[in-house]
Amino acid sequence: MSDLIDIRGVTHAYKTDSGPLPVLNDLNISVPEGSFTAVVGPSGCGKSTLTRLIAGLMRPDKGEVWLHGTRVKSPRSTVGMAFQNPVLLEWRTILDNVILPLEIVPNKLSKTQKQDRARDLLALVGLEGFETKRPSELSGGMRQRASLCRAIVHRPEVLILDEPFGALDAFTREDLWQIMHALRAEEPFTSVLITHDLRESIFLADEVVVLSGRPATAQYKLRVPDTGRRTLDDLYTPAAAGMLNTLRHQIEVAQGRAPAASFQPAVAPGQRAKPETLP
Amino acid sequence: MTLRKIAVPVLAILIFLLAWEALVWVNDWPNYKMASPSDLGPAFVKYRWLFLEYGWQTLWRTVVGLLLAVVFGLLLGMVMGFSRLMRDALYPLLVGFNAVPKATVVPIIALLFVGQHNMNTVLMAFMISFFPIAVSVSIGLSTLEPEYRDILRSLGASKMTIFWKIALPKTLPEFFGALKVSVTLAFIGTNLMEIVEPHGRGLGALFDSGKISADYPLMFAVLIALAFLGIVLFYIVVWLERIFAGWAERPAG
Repeated sequence: MSDLIDIRGVTHAYKTDSGPLPVLNDLNISVPEGSFTAVVGPSGCGKSTLTRLIAGLMRPDKGEVWLHGTRVKSPRSTVGMAFQNPVLLEWRTILDNVILPLEIVPNKLSKTQKQDRARDLLALVGLEGFETKRPSELSGGMRQRASLCRAIVHRPEVLILDEPFGALDAFTREDLWQIMHALRAEEPFTSVLITHDLRESIFLADEVVVLSGRPATAQYKLRVPDTGRRTLDDLYTPAAAGMLNTLRHQIEVAQGRAPAASFQPAVAPGQRAKPETLP
Repeated sequence: MTLRKIAVPVLAILIFLLAWEALVWVNDWPNYKMASPSDLGPAFVKYRWLFLEYGWQTLWRTVVGLLLAVVFGLLLGMVMGFSRLMRDALYPLLVGFNAVPKATVVPIIALLFVGQHNMNTVLMAFMISFFPIAVSVSIGLSTLEPEYRDILRSLGASKMTIFWKIALPKTLPEFFGALKVSVTLAFIGTNLMEIVEPHGRGLGALFDSGKISADYPLMFAVLIALAFLGIVLFYIVVWLERIFAGWAERPAG
């Protein structure tokens, strides 16, 4: 498998009134095709900047972002995005909201084919029967599901998720985690998830990248062992506890609240993969 | 349901007219102090052809002025909504322009284009009514959440596509809110000009001639006719709003 997303030595600073504010510093992340990477880190460490760079909405000061062997210089239609705010268009029905990207991205689909594609996705996330409803008639979790459908309706190579479950209650969030797995089983996208939720990161991702405090660089990478289709029970195993412990410590280091050397990783039984630390 | 929708406002108008009649009757006011609703009927009948002709003139001038205000207000709002530089540059000018009492502008325009009564009236209606539209559109566009733009921009959509698919529809509720204010403002503009300009026509001129000949029932009849036209135009805007921005209306209850 080749790397679909390749972030090489990206450095970026925002111009502010009080001089440049560096947010990313020599960041390197690569995501293999079809895999799922979660990015966690302290608040304000430049995670959202990272999504905008991958989407081509911004260009880094230094370094390069490559998608599928081409360098990203401007937005491209092979990217799908979902945010914490579902940003559905209130004047459109749920079905028409999901279809929106197909109206922008060049394609040969007929109107009926577009509708069928959107209907299939809505059914997959459990929104069958809500096609003609307006966004305001749906609950927050349902709106977020529709937003996910819109992000992947045009079969993007890359799905960028910027804390899409952050504003949901705990039960709805767990529902959506499982829906995310169901979508992955059907749709061949490569995904980058920005999150604050460590349990979410190890439940959804194949690899978790911990960013350091600002300016952020990849401080630590944790590979989540592939144990087949995950269930919520997997979050309550000793292996999961070990991974969460490791990640929590790394976040504390990133926040500058714990020295990097003080940590002895809890050796959890059944944890096969060794965390690899980058220099 | 529809019966109630018609009956309730009609009943409210009747109660208002009765109260008015009673007020004049109780105080025993003569006609030259305050006309009562029962005097209006004869005034309308006596001048029915003038009411039709002048009412039409006032209406079309107001509507044309309003249409100009919509086009200009939209364009100005777009320029100010999309460009921070233009917003900073134009805002004080616009606020200052709006702060000038329009009654003072009337003689200036009347002297500037002497005899061009139609154009002057339309111009006045336009000048008084474009401001709310421009401001609401510019605010609607400039407060568009960046995520809305990013959803389409990340797919490589052009600025025009983003405007048509997202910015414009999202601004429509604000636009119609402003248009409702502008409708009544435009009537004020039209009438200011019609009243002030000599040899004018339209309901404003009719009002003025009622004043000159001390025909109080005629003056009050003109006010009622203006209110009627205002109601008609206002509800046309409400109807358009329901068609184009009905989604923004929350179901009652």
